[in-house]
Amino acid sequence: MAKSSIKLRAKVKEDVVEVKALIKHPMESGNRKDKKTGEKIPAHFITEVVCEHGGKTRLSASLSGGVSKNPYISFKFKGGASGEPIKMSWKDNKGESDSVESNIK
Amino acid sequence: MQTNIKRRTFLKGSAASGIMGAAITAGLATPQALLAEWNEAAFKEKDLNAAIKAMIGSESSEESDKIHIKAPDIAENGGVVPVSITSDIEGTTDILILAPNNPVPMVAAFTLGEGAQAFARTNIKMGKTGDVVAVIKAGDKAYTAKKAVKVTIGGCGG
Repeated sequence: MAKSSIKLRAKVKEDVVEVKALIKHPMESGNRKDKKTGEKIPAHFITEVVCEHGGKTRLSASLSGGVSKNPYISFKFKGGASGEPIKMSWKDNKGESDSVESNIK
Repeated sequence: MQTNIKRRTFLKGSAASGIMGAAITAGLATPQALLAEWNEAAFKEKDLNAAIKAMIGSESSEESDKIHIKAPDIAENGGVVPVSITSDIEGTTDILILAPNNPVPMVAAFTLGEGAQAFARTNIKMGKTGDVVAVIKAGDKAYTAKKAVKVTIGGCGG
């Protein structure tokens, strides 16, 4: 399996699946200046993250450049079981995207 | 917490998987159709209330003690401020995280899917000391809570 920009972990605990994801991304807000040139560093950040499981969207998130570099996202849902696949995808303001599939532990 | 992923090792591991990996898998990804529309207006709005309105359509929000914000009192690094929001409000569908003192107040908006619990956690940037504002949408109502976070520069403490 090709290495993904997303590290996805999902674990069941008392019928609740806890999802934790870490995405490798610069998350440039567009407000920062390059210290050497004084020019603005163009905005480059993830705008949307979606997590799917069992044919359902469990979470969709809209992000801004105000989310830290290499964003960490965590949430919980009911209705998942150990061994089932779970998928997370992201898309950024430049149209780049990535997705990863993992199994619930 | 036992279930907590060790963030340091986690980061180290992901540093190894480079942009190339992302580029390769990007070709295989077909999530575009499923992704919600990014609300550009809400993420450009400089005014807190206008940003909330643009995101969830609510003119006003009611303060609620059923919203729990977990964030540090003092953040030594404004670049990474861990924020988690839990809502005890029945019918919570959306969780918004805002930082009014940031150039763009709307930081993140989570729309809960089927079975999702009213909880979201992420790390946000805070340019300076200020509030972290959480807004919860439940039905056609909006509720809000805030927590002050002091941002220190250079980690000298407060």
